[in-house]
Amino acid sequence: MSTGWAASPSELLMRAATRAAGRRRSAVRRRLTLIAGLAMLGIAVAAILLAPVLVSQSPTTIDALNPLAPPLTPGHLLGTDQFGRDVLARILYGGRIDLAIAFGATIVTLVGGTIIGLVAGYLGGRWDSFLMRIVDLFFAFPFLVLVIAIIAMLGPSIFNMFVAIWITSWVAYARIMRAQTVVAKRQQYVLAARALGYGRLRVMLRHILPNVVSAVIIFSMVDAVGNIILAASLGFLGLGAQPPAPEWGTMIADGQNYILSAWWLATIPGLAVVFVGVAFSLIGDGLADILRPGDR
Amino acid sequence: MSVPGTPLLTVRDLRSYLATSQGVVRAVDGVSFTVGEAEILGIVGESGSGKSVTCRTIVGLMPSGMTHISGEVIYHPYGDRSILNAPQSELQSLRGSQLAMIFQDPMTALDPVLNVGDQVVEAVRAHARISAAEARSRAISLLQRVGIPAPEHRMRDYPFQFSGGMLQRALIAIALASAPRLLLADEPTTSLDVIIQDQILSLLLDLQQDTGMSMILVSHDLAVISEVCDRIIVMYAGQVVEEGPAADIITAPRHPYTRALLDAVPQGEQRGQLRSIPGSPPSLIDVPGGCRFAPRCRLVADQCLSWQTELIQISGPGRQARCLRHNEMERSREWQASDSA
Amino acid sequence: MSRFGSLPRRLVHVVIVLFGITLVTFFLLRLIPGDPALAILGSSYTRARAQAIDAGLGLDRPIWSQYGLFMDRLFHGSLGFSFFYHEPTTRVILRHIPPTLFLVAYSAVLAALISLPIGFAAGLHRGRVIDQGSRVFFTLSFAMPAFWLGIIFILIFSVHVPVFPISGFGSGLIGHLYYLFLPALTIALGFSTVLVRSLRTATISTLHAEFVDTAQMKGIPWRQVLRRHVFRNAVLAVVAVYGVNLAFLISGTVLVENVFSLPGLGTLLVNSVSDRDYPVVQGVTLVFAVLIVGINLLTDVVQAALDPRVGQEIGT
Repeated sequence: MSTGWAASPSELLMRAATRAAGRRRSAVRRRLTLIAGLAMLGIAVAAILLAPVLVSQSPTTIDALNPLAPPLTPGHLLGTDQFGRDVLARILYGGRIDLAIAFGATIVTLVGGTIIGLVAGYLGGRWDSFLMRIVDLFFAFPFLVLVIAIIAMLGPSIFNMFVAIWITSWVAYARIMRAQTVVAKRQQYVLAARALGYGRLRVMLRHILPNVVSAVIIFSMVDAVGNIILAASLGFLGLGAQPPAPEWGTMIADGQNYILSAWWLATIPGLAVVFVGVAFSLIGDGLADILRPGDR
Repeated sequence: MSVPGTPLLTVRDLRSYLATSQGVVRAVDGVSFTVGEAEILGIVGESGSGKSVTCRTIVGLMPSGMTHISGEVIYHPYGDRSILNAPQSELQSLRGSQLAMIFQDPMTALDPVLNVGDQVVEAVRAHARISAAEARSRAISLLQRVGIPAPEHRMRDYPFQFSGGMLQRALIAIALASAPRLLLADEPTTSLDVIIQDQILSLLLDLQQDTGMSMILVSHDLAVISEVCDRIIVMYAGQVVEEGPAADIITAPRHPYTRALLDAVPQGEQRGQLRSIPGSPPSLIDVPGGCRFAPRCRLVADQCLSWQTELIQISGPGRQARCLRHNEMERSREWQASDSA
Repeated sequence: MSRFGSLPRRLVHVVIVLFGITLVTFFLLRLIPGDPALAILGSSYTRARAQAIDAGLGLDRPIWSQYGLFMDRLFHGSLGFSFFYHEPTTRVILRHIPPTLFLVAYSAVLAALISLPIGFAAGLHRGRVIDQGSRVFFTLSFAMPAFWLGIIFILIFSVHVPVFPISGFGSGLIGHLYYLFLPALTIALGFSTVLVRSLRTATISTLHAEFVDTAQMKGIPWRQVLRRHVFRNAVLAVVAVYGVNLAFLISGTVLVENVFSLPGLGTLLVNSVSDRDYPVVQGVTLVFAVLIVGINLLTDVVQAALDPRVGQEIGT
């Protein structure tokens, strides 16, 4: 048996195992998804907000000399549409509506649905049953159909898109929040707070809410993707933004007519939707990784 | 065919380290023992002592991605080479027909969407090329043998329709389907109530005597172990701390931990408090140097803290303890008061 | 003990939900700001015509009476009269149902065919190429609006590499299968994202179950363990997710029908919005909701059939 540097079995094994354990720990790797998502979203928001700085043309300027120009034509990085309007300009300005929906519609339904779910879950009893019956009722309808029906009644416009989404989307948040609240209110920390005599409102807001809010935040990212796609879909169907306002969905609908001669008109706005959608998805995944590790 | 006394399974310096995000868990840290033919070996220790991981490592059930294994496991009827890290095909031929295992919670150990009969038949047909009808009748007689009444009818029932004790019997039937020579039983009675525990233990004893198979019985309950086993090894923090014939270990333990375990077992009409062991087992990630039981040991001395522990032979081969002061176990007055017949 | 022990209770629940649906659908019309007759008639507005429309919609009565009228008509199988088609709404709707039903079923099957193998493989080989790859793929496809994806498919498979037709329903079973392949694929991809993720999670947790250890210890091949025990239990855990998300699938058909010019309920809905054909909008919404209720019921039945534990009122 050689002396000196012979490693014992336990040492050899420890080395191999330590290497493997180290690979699991990398904190940067865990946050990579979240960082990537935030970066993508940041780029999109910045580009859209800085539109007037980035493109010299207005999205509605007609360039009669250059209709249906393909991408990389000088002066029109992404080409022009059938009226000679610059596609890049229309994308950047049109993004305002879609991003507005992604943030505006989502936040309102997030807050509204969360409050309702929190109250229903905490109060229990009749209120709970009543509110949850309503939630179940909304879930019986296919979402898009209901939104279309509401817009049909109210009349197509950007504002009515917001209204239709507000009316229908809060239910998902309410359901999640209520389920979490029902579980949370039996936990020790809530029982302790009540025993100390804290009022119901305070317990709900300062004790329960912070602990269960992660689930709805993660869900809201998924919802944001859905809302963008919804906005684009409604635009596509002619039920949202009305011409000549640029919006990614309406651009795709217009582009569909020119699919044989000018494929970029329908394709590029879709890519914009995908870009922002993926950004939100990555943020959601990244948050899920951080707030709920062990799912991978 | 089984000659009592000849070794059936030899485990040598078995190590099982798990790579987790918190570090390396040294779950099994150098364990060695032998199981002879027709012998019942008991492995006793607290949760986290490494007894389950030892068994799972032997049969190759540890998750391969994160487990790092070294050492030797020799199944003598198959030759003298180690079956540790053997290819799947070899493990597959060993499992069921030579080595079998039953687990702690019978409720989760059976597939909830298949009826019990089908699962027993599956075990029967694993190593035997027989017809479905033949397999079915073998399954029925197995179920009968383990004490399940009206097996032809109960075969069609699903696991959720059985009680815990009945399910454990079914699991034993499954384990014995291909007549293994070694049965590993990982806490088979822990999730059952006391009366059923006795029944299951008697059943196991009965079957062992009938078939002449060997058994490794794992439990944290020394009472259970002492009823049934021929030899006992005591594990703590991933290591073997004492080993010997059951009678010796129970009446004259040579390691303070074993003594503490014995003290914790309620005796006859014992009144007053149960003596539990103060403190808790050490972390298996940052393993302390020296004796791992030292922080909780009544006999601890300075030397214990820096001693690179090893098993010290006591009376003869197969009787050893990992303690510097094992001789003082007999003489110490501390213990005499709690000795009872 | 019957496997479907709670069936009567479930049926009662279904009836309640159906009533609720009629309520919501009824109230949809009340959302119209201003005078519906004005919106419908537009420039051809005359008092006489407006009064006729009001009477037809029952708008000249108090609200409870309106609901009564609505329900009465409903029980007699009538959903009102379509302004645009000049036919009973029911007939219009019935005409448009077959393509939608076919598309929904086709998409559901395609989604299962895609997501079952991939989800299972992703869970089985966690962290490896198939898992990471499928996650990237489905994150991308989730962010793709269904209608855009449909257009891209048309671009690639109907224009550049003419394999599939651009639009239409086709005739005969084979014709339908051929014409509807691209639309169904479009919907199925969106649907598959959720399924793959669920099945992956279910597979991972099933692999850790103790009965898998028991099965392995019998000495049967690993393939058999996977096939007989892991796969079945994992899929079972996903059936509920599948059912819930079929509703999502229905939303998809509305858009995809538009892109591929399919004469189904979705196209009918969108057209009647621009046609201001309120009874049809109402009727289609109702039909869609009933469809969803039916799908949920079907999911429950399937789950009870596959899982012996479901439908039992007394646990062990």
